[in-house]
Amino acid sequence: MAIRHVLHQAEVHRMRPNFPRNLKLTKLVCGSSKEERAIGVWSTSTSYDTIVAIATPMGNQQGSIAIVRISGPLAVAVVAKYFNSSKKSTSQRQNRWKPKSHFVELGTIVDDAGLIVDEVLVVPMLAPRSYTKEDVIEIQCHGGDVCVRRILHLCLEGGARLAQPGEFTLRAFLNGRMDLSQAESVAQLITAKSIVAAEAALAALQGGLSSFVQAMRKDCLELLAEMDAHLDFEDDIPPLETADVIERINSLCFRVQDSLKTSNRGRLLQSGMQIAIVGRPNVGKSSLLNAWSQSHRAIVTDIAGTTRDIVEAEVVVGGIPVKLLDTAGIRETDNVVEQMGVQRSEAAALGADVVVMVISACDGWTTGDHHIFHKIFSVKNSECAAGVSVTNFTTPWVLVQNKIDQAAEALVPIPDDVKTHFSKFVPTCAIKGIGLHDLEAAVVELVGLGKACSDGRQWAVNQRQAEQLLRARDALERLKESIKQDLPIDFWTIDLREAVIALGQISGDDVSEEVLSNIFSRFCIGK
Amino acid sequence: MHHLLHNTLYSFFLFFSLDIDSSVQIDPLSLSLSLSLSLSLSHIRSYMAMLLQPRILFAHSRRLRFIPPCCFSPSRSPCAFPASLRAFCVWRDARNRSHHVFLDDNHRPTVIPFARRIGLRFQESGRNRRAKNLSGRRLVSTFATDGLHGERYDVIVVGGGHSGCEAALASARMGASTLLLTLNLDRIAWQPCNPAVGGPAKSQLVHEVDALGGEMGKITDRCYLQKRVLNRSKGPAVWALRAQTDKREYATEMKKVVESTKNLYIREAMVSEVLVGNNDNVEGVRSFFGVNFYAPSVVLTTGTFMNGRIWVGRASLSAGRAGESASQGLTENLRSLGFETGRLKTGTPARVDVRTVDFSKLERQPGDEEVKWFSFDPEAHISREQMCCYLTRTTPETHELIKQNLHETPTYGGWVEATGPRYCPSIEDKIVRFKDKESHQIFLEPEGRTVPELYVQGFSTGLPERLQLALLQTLPGLEKCAMLRPAYAVEYDYLLAHQCNRTLMTKKLEGLFFSGQINGTTGYEEAAAQGLLAGINAAKFSDAKDLVALERESSFVGTLVDDLVTKDIREPYRMLTSRSEHRLLLRSDNADSRLTPLGRTVGLIDDRRWKLFQEKQSRISSEKQRLRTTRISSSDAIAADVAQASEQSITDVVPLAILLKRPHVHYSLLDCHGLGNPELSLEEKECVEIDLKYEGFIIRQQNQLEQMIHRQHRPIPDDLDYYSIKTLSMEAREKLSKIRPINIGQATRVGGVNPADINALLIYLEVQRRQRKDRTIFEASMANPPEESDNMAEQQTIAFMK
Repeated sequence: MAIRHVLHQAEVHRMRPNFPRNLKLTKLVCGSSKEERAIGVWSTSTSYDTIVAIATPMGNQQGSIAIVRISGPLAVAVVAKYFNSSKKSTSQRQNRWKPKSHFVELGTIVDDAGLIVDEVLVVPMLAPRSYTKEDVIEIQCHGGDVCVRRILHLCLEGGARLAQPGEFTLRAFLNGRMDLSQAESVAQLITAKSIVAAEAALAALQGGLSSFVQAMRKDCLELLAEMDAHLDFEDDIPPLETADVIERINSLCFRVQDSLKTSNRGRLLQSGMQIAIVGRPNVGKSSLLNAWSQSHRAIVTDIAGTTRDIVEAEVVVGGIPVKLLDTAGIRETDNVVEQMGVQRSEAAALGADVVVMVISACDGWTTGDHHIFHKIFSVKNSECAAGVSVTNFTTPWVLVQNKIDQAAEALVPIPDDVKTHFSKFVPTCAIKGIGLHDLEAAVVELVGLGKACSDGRQWAVNQRQAEQLLRARDALERLKESIKQDLPIDFWTIDLREAVIALGQISGDDVSEEVLSNIFSRFCIGK
Repeated sequence: MHHLLHNTLYSFFLFFSLDIDSSVQIDPLSLSLSLSLSLSLSHIRSYMAMLLQPRILFAHSRRLRFIPPCCFSPSRSPCAFPASLRAFCVWRDARNRSHHVFLDDNHRPTVIPFARRIGLRFQESGRNRRAKNLSGRRLVSTFATDGLHGERYDVIVVGGGHSGCEAALASARMGASTLLLTLNLDRIAWQPCNPAVGGPAKSQLVHEVDALGGEMGKITDRCYLQKRVLNRSKGPAVWALRAQTDKREYATEMKKVVESTKNLYIREAMVSEVLVGNNDNVEGVRSFFGVNFYAPSVVLTTGTFMNGRIWVGRASLSAGRAGESASQGLTENLRSLGFETGRLKTGTPARVDVRTVDFSKLERQPGDEEVKWFSFDPEAHISREQMCCYLTRTTPETHELIKQNLHETPTYGGWVEATGPRYCPSIEDKIVRFKDKESHQIFLEPEGRTVPELYVQGFSTGLPERLQLALLQTLPGLEKCAMLRPAYAVEYDYLLAHQCNRTLMTKKLEGLFFSGQINGTTGYEEAAAQGLLAGINAAKFSDAKDLVALERESSFVGTLVDDLVTKDIREPYRMLTSRSEHRLLLRSDNADSRLTPLGRTVGLIDDRRWKLFQEKQSRISSEKQRLRTTRISSSDAIAADVAQASEQSITDVVPLAILLKRPHVHYSLLDCHGLGNPELSLEEKECVEIDLKYEGFIIRQQNQLEQMIHRQHRPIPDDLDYYSIKTLSMEAREKLSKIRPINIGQATRVGGVNPADINALLIYLEVQRRQRKDRTIFEASMANPPEESDNMAEQQTIAFMK
């Protein structure tokens, strides 16, 4: 007995660090069964116990309806204790409540003393057809803190314990309802800030990413099995066609690359995007910022060098939160303050996801423009080449030709060597608000949002997944190289196996330390 | 009276055990055994007292067995037991290891764990006839044999095949007095099927056996008729040396070695019973004629002999192989001891008379001009004149004859149910399964220099004898052939190898080892590899030393054993190249650098071999260094040749090592230009070349391996109760409980366990680990432990459970 007590004490203090120790000890020694169960049960957290939580927000954001969700083998029994169905047959018989899965029932929650707590709708979802694959019952009661807390309290008394944050999803994961990438996207869905971000998370939750990766992994495994078979049973099977193998690997490479493209989008969806507006002084950068953000954030004058510091404004472009950075016009200057502004402009351009370079359509492409372009572009490119960016994603440049209302021609001629480095050319008139839609459309297209949406693939890979995809792609590239170099077939299998391992770590088919720590950081169990 | 006592105690026991844990069972047989001995009422009282006190102890126990208290009387155990302690029962943990529980005068239980008890074996006093020869070697007595007569050894090996020979030789060479029991002394190391050693993946096994100090490679290098390297074009990891051997010579040579090895005794006997001691330990074996042989370690290598039955068409005969009687009674005995057995089938084709074959119609298959060797010991290399093998093919007539008579074969006629090897199919299987293939290759291979028999490889069949000759005569070149032996199939009992640990010791009985075809494998090489490991461990066990287990990724032997003890094998298991995930690291050429140090540690590599090994390794590493530092420029003579071979010109000054990395550039090219090292042997040059040429791949695979080890070597506790992990699928719980994997890696390889189960298991273990950590911290911070927990026994129990 003593040992059990020791363990329970340990549990208590681990779970509730600021719980009064003495009180708990007395309770335990007395063997207060409810307390013991509600707290000590965490020691076997991965076995079936019944968890309960309020599923709707509490506190300031009160709704007219609140939901208590309960999951586990005792879910039905716990609810049955307090639920009185309005259906006559059950209440007359006084039998145990037998819920029909996925049928809503109206009734009342009655406490031990027989007092009605609330009128509720009960939604039973019996195993395995539920979120956690266990028996799940949702009690929809009236909003406000009181009803929902009382119902929660009854459930706790009835034998359930309070769920840890994310524990329903953890159970869904543990019970095989969803794989790791799906579980990850639940959190992303809940915290999504924009519609597109939510859609991406939802697409991943529905298994878009997993099934895509699993299909690739399966193809790799098939190819690997074929190669292995050729090592052992050359005589019994048809010979391996090298051309066919290369074709299959190429297709795999293409698919990996394809999913990698979404990684930039995934990052942008989660953290937003920064667009730096750069250019010579007085070409209309601040006007552009004001027009785009429909505000007067930046001071606009005719004096060159008005903007000294970086001015920020926030807009939403294609569902992505975007931070616009208006920078000081870049020129050679003796003014110390302006010099510092110029340095900041350059730094902002280096850190941005998209660089919008503004030139004046009246002046055309000047030597000053040329100077700015080369100064920033060369630094930015050398960083990319050094592998700073994980996904080899080069920052797109957009050339905005402002003040078209004052220009003679619609588009000014740009030197060819510069032209190739810009992805888009947009003529605007910031003051009149012309061309801003074109500019947004150009940005959306450049960061890959438009394209992904158009081919129906809405999910995006996260950082962890992108790293593994990259590993798979490199392995496949090496494999192609091995085949080209005419290396024996046994060497092909080494890199192919590497690709299989990498892909398996995305879908969770291959268990890795990283996956494990990911789970623990996400669900904070056993702490 | 006894009966009454038994019943009372039994019901008491059930009463209390149910209270504690319903999984506790009791074996009524052993209870009554103990009662028939001096069991007094006070014993019962103290027994109950003990049951009641340490609840935790029994909450985890699987099975509880009495051992007669008299067996542990203090006078018999001079080494370490306090006289006040009395042995009371044996507690089996979830891994089926037995731990002794003693009671002191206050009825407090003390647990002597398995590992410590092994070290506390009782000294035997001069009863053993070899006690004087083996100075410093503790001889292990057994409890129940007082007054019984029989010979005593350290290790008994049952079976004289390829597994038995390796086991017996290894054990004897390690200094254990070893008895080899075989049904027929004239058939030691007989090759009943094709007298060939090596081939894909199997050659690695032979190299590894040799690197560990086994015999198979040496005998093969002495008795070969022909040698070839297969899979030359598929990469160095799958190069496979294969030797056709002279079956008579092979058996004779091996028998000579067995007969001349010190500490090794051979005897003809049919073992029909394994003698079991009171601690679920093995004590020895009993022969069919009623003679007992005693040893603490017994290795069973019965091959196809346990209830063997051979089939030719519909006719069958009880036999281990043609002309030799099967062994009876042992399967039933093992089954009564609780072992799970199954039945497998394998076969061997007909032999034709070499003098009746028209060789002019056959394609010749000569051996390699440059002979390679299995053994790393140059003294074992004995060059012989090679013989030729021949190739023929099945014809439409062959296929027609088989199709017409399919109902006459055991498999398709449906009277043999045992599973045959998929990887070594009978000719009818091939024709049924590969309908599209018009012709299959058939090899004709000599069985010896003085033997007129030709082995017809790829032509094993279950057809009746009257059809076999007609079938053979459909093959080109064999139109007028005479048949010397008919093809036959053999059905035999095997033991499901998951009942063994990776040491090949059974989980149920301490000291009992299974090795070879009895574990469901097929092939001499697989048998020899297991035999060597079982022999090493049998000797170690009898000497109360730690047993040896090879990691899967360390060797093909390790892969083989891991597969056997992990997978549910229902067809004969053959080693395949693709079974090893990291085969580029497990090559033939580096088998010695991987395993010879281990062979040295266990005592199978003598000083001469060890010196040779070390010299070889230092030559290889200094040569690699030389190649890395010796540079040539584009003006050197070799540059043009290299450029030509690799179709890339040399523009710079490059080290030789870089040149070797180029495709189609080999060490021989360096030799041509005088840039090679003449001190190195051909094998050593090959080793250097592979290591340098494929360095990138080797490093990559090494990285994969390290990642894998990091992930998969996470241990699983011995006593994990899988049934309590509700997040595992039911199938996974059953399979994992049956196999009891030692680490996560092994668990992933258990059939029926999917990645979700592994995730769930990992999470469970991690939660347990975190809780244990917290608990330890908490307990350490407790200033005053509760008064109830000062019980010494309980604390000891807790420490032990961890």
